[in-house]
Amino acid sequence: MTNYLSGGKVNLSQLQEMYRKELLRLIDKCDGPKAIVWDDALGVPFGVIAKSSVLRDHNVLKMYQLNFGKLPVLKDVKNIIFISRAHEDLMDMVADNIHGEERSGIRKEYHLFFVPRNTTVCRKRLSEKGVLGNFTYIEDIKCDIFPFDYDLLSMEVENTFKDLYLYNDPTTLYQAAQAIQTLQSLYGPINKISAIGEAAVHVNKLVDRLSREPHDFPSHSQIDHLVLIDRSVDLLTPLVTQLTYEGLIDEIYEIKNMNVFLPADKFADSNDEPNTMISPKKTVILNSADELYAKIRDKSFSAVGPALNKKTQAISKELEERNTDRSIDQMKNFVEKLPALMENKKSLGIHLTIAKLIREIVDSDDFNDTLKLEQSLLIGVESDKVQTYIEDMIAHQVPIFKVLRLICIQSFTNSGLKPKVLEYYKKEIVQTYGFEHIITLSKLEDAGLLRVQSSGKRVYTILKKTLKLIVEDGSETSPTDISYVHSIYAPLSIKLVENLVRTGSWRSLTNDLMLLTNKIVHPQQAIINNQTRRTSIGSHASSLNENTKVFLVFFLGGCTFSEIAALRFLSRQDEPNNNVEFVIATTKLINGNTFLQSLVKDP
Amino acid sequence: MSVFLTGYWTAFGKDEYFRKFEVYNMEWPPEISLETQSLSSAPYGGLIAVVRDRRKIVQVHGGSKPVVSIYNAAGVFVSSFVWDSGQIIQMGWSSACDLLCVREDGQVLIYDMFSNWKHKFGMGQEAQDIKVVDAKIFYTPHGTGIAVLTTANTIFIVNNVKEVKVRKLPEPPGVNNHPSAWIVVCEDRCSRVLYARDKDIFSLGEGDTHASMLNLNLRDDASSIRDMAVSSNNEMLAVLSSREKLWIGSVDGTRCSRIFDCWNMSPQQNCQLLWCGTDAVILKTGLQLHVVGLEDENISYTYEDSVFCIQEIDCIRVISSYSMEIIQKVPSDVRDIFKINSTSPSSYLVEASKQFQKKSHRANEYLHLVKPKLFQAVMQCTDAAGHEFDVNTQKLLMKAAQFGKICLDDCSPENYVTMIRILRCLNSIRHPKIGLPITLVQLQSLTMQGLMELLMIRRHYFLALDLASFLKMPDSSRIQLHWACYKVQHSKQEPEVIAREIANKIGRAKDISYKDIAVEAFDCGKHELAVKLIEYEPRADLQIPLLLKLNENFLALNKAIDSGNTDLVYHVLGHMGKNIGKAEFQMAIRNFPLAQALYLKHCATHNIDLLKDVYTQEDKHKLLAELSLKEFLAWKNSGTGDASLVAAHESYKRAKMDFNVQMCDEQLKLNKYQKGLEEKMRRAFCGLSLNETLKTLLLMGDVKLADKLRAEYKVPDRRYWWLRIQVLGEENNVIELEKFSKHKKSPIGYEPFVDICLKIGNQREAVKYLPKVKEELKVQYYSKVGMMEEAAQIAFEKRDVDALEYLVPKCDPVLSDKIRQYIRTLRK
Repeated sequence: MTNYLSGGKVNLSQLQEMYRKELLRLIDKCDGPKAIVWDDALGVPFGVIAKSSVLRDHNVLKMYQLNFGKLPVLKDVKNIIFISRAHEDLMDMVADNIHGEERSGIRKEYHLFFVPRNTTVCRKRLSEKGVLGNFTYIEDIKCDIFPFDYDLLSMEVENTFKDLYLYNDPTTLYQAAQAIQTLQSLYGPINKISAIGEAAVHVNKLVDRLSREPHDFPSHSQIDHLVLIDRSVDLLTPLVTQLTYEGLIDEIYEIKNMNVFLPADKFADSNDEPNTMISPKKTVILNSADELYAKIRDKSFSAVGPALNKKTQAISKELEERNTDRSIDQMKNFVEKLPALMENKKSLGIHLTIAKLIREIVDSDDFNDTLKLEQSLLIGVESDKVQTYIEDMIAHQVPIFKVLRLICIQSFTNSGLKPKVLEYYKKEIVQTYGFEHIITLSKLEDAGLLRVQSSGKRVYTILKKTLKLIVEDGSETSPTDISYVHSIYAPLSIKLVENLVRTGSWRSLTNDLMLLTNKIVHPQQAIINNQTRRTSIGSHASSLNENTKVFLVFFLGGCTFSEIAALRFLSRQDEPNNNVEFVIATTKLINGNTFLQSLVKDP
Repeated sequence: MSVFLTGYWTAFGKDEYFRKFEVYNMEWPPEISLETQSLSSAPYGGLIAVVRDRRKIVQVHGGSKPVVSIYNAAGVFVSSFVWDSGQIIQMGWSSACDLLCVREDGQVLIYDMFSNWKHKFGMGQEAQDIKVVDAKIFYTPHGTGIAVLTTANTIFIVNNVKEVKVRKLPEPPGVNNHPSAWIVVCEDRCSRVLYARDKDIFSLGEGDTHASMLNLNLRDDASSIRDMAVSSNNEMLAVLSSREKLWIGSVDGTRCSRIFDCWNMSPQQNCQLLWCGTDAVILKTGLQLHVVGLEDENISYTYEDSVFCIQEIDCIRVISSYSMEIIQKVPSDVRDIFKINSTSPSSYLVEASKQFQKKSHRANEYLHLVKPKLFQAVMQCTDAAGHEFDVNTQKLLMKAAQFGKICLDDCSPENYVTMIRILRCLNSIRHPKIGLPITLVQLQSLTMQGLMELLMIRRHYFLALDLASFLKMPDSSRIQLHWACYKVQHSKQEPEVIAREIANKIGRAKDISYKDIAVEAFDCGKHELAVKLIEYEPRADLQIPLLLKLNENFLALNKAIDSGNTDLVYHVLGHMGKNIGKAEFQMAIRNFPLAQALYLKHCATHNIDLLKDVYTQEDKHKLLAELSLKEFLAWKNSGTGDASLVAAHESYKRAKMDFNVQMCDEQLKLNKYQKGLEEKMRRAFCGLSLNETLKTLLLMGDVKLADKLRAEYKVPDRRYWWLRIQVLGEENNVIELEKFSKHKKSPIGYEPFVDICLKIGNQREAVKYLPKVKEELKVQYYSKVGMMEEAAQIAFEKRDVDALEYLVPKCDPVLSDKIRQYIRTLRK
């Protein structure tokens, strides 16, 4: 079976392979039968790295989710391996588990593997709980960034933006720099770096700092250009409703680690199997291993229906062929094709159901009214007043994040709200949703999502024009511009990337960019030692021959599926001498709701 | 030349020769006298330690304390120190060039070759209590060992001075007499002692529970054993009896090669028994040196002055006051070439080469003689060159090899090139200044790495580096590191200068960590230098632990912040928190924004009071307010916590955030009001939002109270109307709903009335409000209620094609046909 991670020019399955080796090496260090207790957030990403069958081959008999309380009785297991991120609350769970085991009196060996690395604070916590000495091995699995798809990497760290802009804590930025270091150790030095926004400039500095430490990079550069984008530069895009197929699945059902949980009863028929599932949720894995999904995920939802239709016809035609007369050879041929065909049919069934689920919501008045307001705010019609629709939403007590998303969009497109307007909204929210939201609102202000209008330039209005952020008459079914991902709005972040790809630098935009941030690093040769430079010139020539440049776009603070779709759209545009391919890296995959939720949630 | 070469040869048996040649003229001062001073040296051209022999009475110059002087093998002075710590029983060298001095009380004092005191260890309490009378230093493949003999004739052994583990050996059976001789034999990983008492030899193994006796037939019952020697490979044994019989055989005593009668050699008190490789036993008696072969060979050399012999693995070194000589059996390759009347191919090749250089045609004739065995001859010449100490002879042989090589069709130059490199290496280390007179065989046994190690220890860094690069050895960084550490230890320059010098030399070498050098400086107590050096370390995680050890907290903090690795910052903060007071700590980190941010974040989850402290000091009123608010919210539902709310109110006031002040005011008021309600109504109100409070009141039917509350908080009309409609809907109270719709013009239109009626499934009521629906929404609402015909009619009247198209799919077939008809009409 070919690995879906190896589909790009930069083969991300190498990263998967490296992590797998490291994981298995550490597991093999613990002699004898083992049980692994996983930090919940790591279970799925590590499932991509090493399947449970592989772990079984390495004598892992049982796997559990890390939680408080006592572990189940593990008779034939000699080692208990905890694999966890370095969070104090998780350490408390580990300690709790160990105390439980110790009370039961059966001697076991305990090991603790940190992902990506242990911290002083966690070790201290463990020692306060009196369990630090219980571990035979305390190791780091230096898994800074997980491969999610052939062109997509995620660190799966939720709070990058919040930590940085609310608490001034750049911890994840260091991890991001380490991740870039890891990528360079596999795919060669990246010689050109552009960065925009404070976090991006910080990471650029750290990458530079790390390059001075001893390292071992292969000489051939597979990635030509690293683009670091701080989410704070474009806070608008995550707030705007995503209108691609994948984007909508995420908006409505929330995709976690490329998995989505859907109401199981809707799938009962299409599954062809008796509905024995007790779980009310059906898990669907969404990645390019599913051929059909890879084709439709980045399409505007309005183009998904026709695409599914075509596929349905194609499959039924193929299936009908079996009814026609044919030779033995033809039949043999058909039988060989059959498993793939059935696989396709199954996938088609799933997506027809999902599309139906989404269609119901997309056709609802609520959805359309919200979208209408959103678009009028983006276009900028009378957008600086208190919006009646928002008022009514509050009166109806719709989920608060829907309201906040719209208010934040309004704040962004108007370069801040008039003080009266902002206070009006605030009061409405506090009186309706409760006094505690005074803190919610304060956090949004601290993070720059809500602002009082200042007398300065109207940033959004200027950028809208210079970067052509709004395309009102674009086609959704056969788009010519990235704006199709939000129907009329082209993500600001991706417009920046597009500009960089087209002109090779941001210099022509400097004046406009200065409105967003004064923290910009223009493309420059990264500091590399002479030896690698010499060889990299050679590799540069070879990549010229292939005519395709590889950009690694790293979003610090999260990116949306619509942004991914827009980048993929850009790489599909054939432009002579300017072919690009993107590898997309992010700290976390986000949408407006998850972004605001994580920001507002107490630490 | 070659004519003289064999002049130093002495025939030894039928076809073998021994040779004796001078390597160095000793450069040490003429006062050195082997008569009155005792020497200790070590194999592999080891250093020589010289100290006054305490057993000999001499006139003492200067102070009464003995001076230990250290020379290299060529007699070049290295260092010296005054010995003032008790009786030395034995002195010797470890394989790492450390001078080991065994004291009477079993303490082993260790000095390096530059007379620097290193450390000491004991041979155990028992050895200390009963005093040591003799000691042996021996060499194993893994290091240097020491065995001591106590006055009680027990033996304690340490196999490696680098990892001291004292073991007691079993005691020989029977009467516990002093041994007449004893030696250490090493086998693989353990050692044993051969313990001679009278005519018996006992083997005392490390792991053995009791001693076993060696079955060794001296063929001389009456004598006792005087001395023993074991060969360097630990396989051969030589035993000298008091009746001048020399037994030579295998080390287990089972095989006897020869028993040699040496009564005429009159062994005296200061005789020395040792092995020359495994070829012969050397017996030094007075000024005479007897070489006794394994069969029937024996020769003697006579000296004019006292000499001291050192056993090497393939020869012996003979040191006199004036010179150092080597005595060895002539290696077979050399012998075959230079033996008189030799007919070996290599000999002819050398001759051919000589003739060729003389441009004589006879070269060809000689070459012809060798032709079939030319390859072998080339190899022999190359190898023979390696065995020579004389540079001219080396050249002669290498030229011959080269000459032969040219005449071969396909001879790989590898061997030849390697030998040239080795020769250059050997010649340079044999230079008197370096003083490592080792043979090719010794070099091979030592290995190049071992040699580098020795050069480093002897501080010949430059030579070591040169050789390493010349021999293309990979680990030159180790030498640089060693050099840097030496520099750190000994340089008296300004720290700044030393650090820069080291950095200039080493640069950014991949495998050298500046941390290691800095730690060296720290260990020497050179604080400032350590700080300067750690500056060059590129890895922050290596810098910080040392900086903290150096108590350079702020520097460490700066480095940690620069690195971007927040874990390091936490590490430093944790360290600082432990070592300085809270107030001082908080003041200190004020200047480090990142550190302070992390500290505060940590406090937020671990210690709110500390957080408040800092916020208060820093006048962060907004943050203080939020802290108070959180406290309030934690208590909100219980209706207590007003104090926190008041505090938040005050803080917001200080922060000049009027809107929030007002919000707090309102909340305080609401709290009070809710408490009042709770008492009056016996229902829970506390913790509800204003809207929820209003809703609860409305649901309870208390519209008046709700109206009053609403007015007080200036709830906008829209929201209040929505709420009223919603509540009335929930109550399914259509009559009140209608009344409400008529009491005033609705600020939110009448569509919500339709919607709420539909929601509760009351279509009849919904229809009532349709006429009041806004014109532009009429089509939509008529269709919502299900009055499709009317909807279509309205749309047609408005000539709204879009609306008609919107209606088509929602209608039954008859109606949709009609609508399509409309559309066509309008389109005309």
